[in-house]
Amino acid sequence: MSRDRTGLDVDLEVPGRVRAALVGHPGQVIALIGPNGAGKSSLVHALAGLVVAEGRAHLDGVDLLPRSAREREVGLVFQDRALFPHLSARDNVAFGPRSRGVARREARHRADGWLERMGLGDLADRRPGQLSGGQAQRVAIARALATEPRLLLLDEPMAGLDVTVAMALRIELARHLRDYDGVTVLVTHDALDALALADRVVVLDEGRVAQQGTPEDVAAHPRTPHVARLVGLNVLRDADGFTSFRPRDVTVSLRRPEGSARLTWSGPVSSAQQHGDAVRLLVGTEPALLADVTPQAANELGLAPGREVWLSVKATAVSRYGHDEEGG
Amino acid sequence: MTHDPLGRPPAVLMVPAVLAVLVLVVPLVALVAATDWSQMPAQLASEPLREALRLSVVTSTVAMLVCLVLGLPLAWLLARVDFRGRGLVRALVTVPLVLPPVVAGIALRDAFGRTGVIGEPLLELTGFAFPFTTWGVVLAHVFVSLPFVVIAIEGALRSADPVYDAAAATLGATRWTTFRRVTVPLAVPGILAGMVLGWARSLGEFGATITFNGNYPGTTQTMPTLIYVTRQADQGAAQALSLVMLALSLAVLLLLRDRWLGDRGLGGRGLAAA
Repeated sequence: MSRDRTGLDVDLEVPGRVRAALVGHPGQVIALIGPNGAGKSSLVHALAGLVVAEGRAHLDGVDLLPRSAREREVGLVFQDRALFPHLSARDNVAFGPRSRGVARREARHRADGWLERMGLGDLADRRPGQLSGGQAQRVAIARALATEPRLLLLDEPMAGLDVTVAMALRIELARHLRDYDGVTVLVTHDALDALALADRVVVLDEGRVAQQGTPEDVAAHPRTPHVARLVGLNVLRDADGFTSFRPRDVTVSLRRPEGSARLTWSGPVSSAQQHGDAVRLLVGTEPALLADVTPQAANELGLAPGREVWLSVKATAVSRYGHDEEGG
Repeated sequence: MTHDPLGRPPAVLMVPAVLAVLVLVVPLVALVAATDWSQMPAQLASEPLREALRLSVVTSTVAMLVCLVLGLPLAWLLARVDFRGRGLVRALVTVPLVLPPVVAGIALRDAFGRTGVIGEPLLELTGFAFPFTTWGVVLAHVFVSLPFVVIAIEGALRSADPVYDAAAATLGATRWTTFRRVTVPLAVPGILAGMVLGWARSLGEFGATITFNGNYPGTTQTMPTLIYVTRQADQGAAQALSLVMLALSLAVLLLLRDRWLGDRGLGGRGLAAA
């Protein structure tokens, strides 16, 4: 079957869950980020054919929506991996090729090749229950890639892994995705995933695309509180656009500070956590803001949860950007 | 009794619970106690017993296989396919579960008897009629056991995580491939438990079988029927036959517990959660 390699061109709606348009060129990695319930999983499951969607979803010129899940050239790595517990790692990976008509020996041979590439060559006979979380996730990725999909969907691939394992997998995944010539859609909660792996970031909020652009642009100019929080920025929205500033540029005081009333807020400390060398406060202003203070200052000001404080930021420390300019 | 941090179980619950155990256990102990062991070797060697036992085991086993072949697809349909009237089908399947077996026998006769709705055309076309044959025994067994098998297997299929079916679909598997390679293997412990349940129900079947098939040694006389007719003439022999059935039932129970309901059943779930 000869066909164009135009990548992904989607404008679809899962009624009541999500409506989104996105474009991805072959070889591109698109990160989908957004809070729980934003519609990330619905969108990914719609692309995989597991939930019914309306609209258009072209993959290399072929409309996916009239096709059933098994007829789409789409690989999905499930959030909880969903490796078949009764099959060995090898048979899990061979399942796709076998289901698509490859003979058993050949399918197993291919599976071994994929496991080898994932650095799991010696674990091929193990069942999922005998693998660590990171190993199981690699098997799940190998299983999805073994069908040679034109669209790879990764639903929170680092979820549930501890930090060092996630870091190692992230590096490895970046390498595999560089070699992969299809489109990748990566659902993530983690700004680091988006920055390290993605060419484009699509921010979903309440079932709509709230922002899209390059990872750098989205990180520098977040338009939703969720993304701002992910990248460790404060973001304010008003009629003219967005104002963002870093938590470490925020001054915390117990009395109302002098200066611009626009960049001054008050509220109770909601939480105080160690963040690098500083103490990061989440303050219950409207909207909630992050502020970094030194541990000494936190002690002297008695910044425990519940303490009423004033926050201010210098006008020179804020970055302003408009509604209209689309990032990317 | 080990110390329970939540406090001692109250007597109002303990007394009925102990009574329940006694109600279930005392008759079985009495059965063993009342048996005249000197008669046992002769009873075990008797031709009617061996014939009835063989017939019971064969018909129950065939009925179980038929229940599997028909029941597994039905259970899958009820568990995995959303169709109109699913609730009605499930209710209809459950009816034989609560139907008195004698009534089941009469109903079978109306359907499969020589003048029955299906029985009459079947007899004219093939010259074969179910009643009073070993196949009639199997049919009666299937009728009473199938609901148990379907409900047990449907429960097993429902408790399996549907995400595996979804994963198989995204990997390009047809529903038939998914059924064979994913759904059924993951539900094996529940399917086997359902089969054993169906087998045990068939083994004990009496009412529908004797109503539909009568009581012919070698063709339709199963163990329960034999025990019933022997009891009228020879209480001691019936006693010995009953003990054989008790032993058989216990053997099945032990097999079920050790092989299927023990580590493997839980192990499968543990793997799925890992």
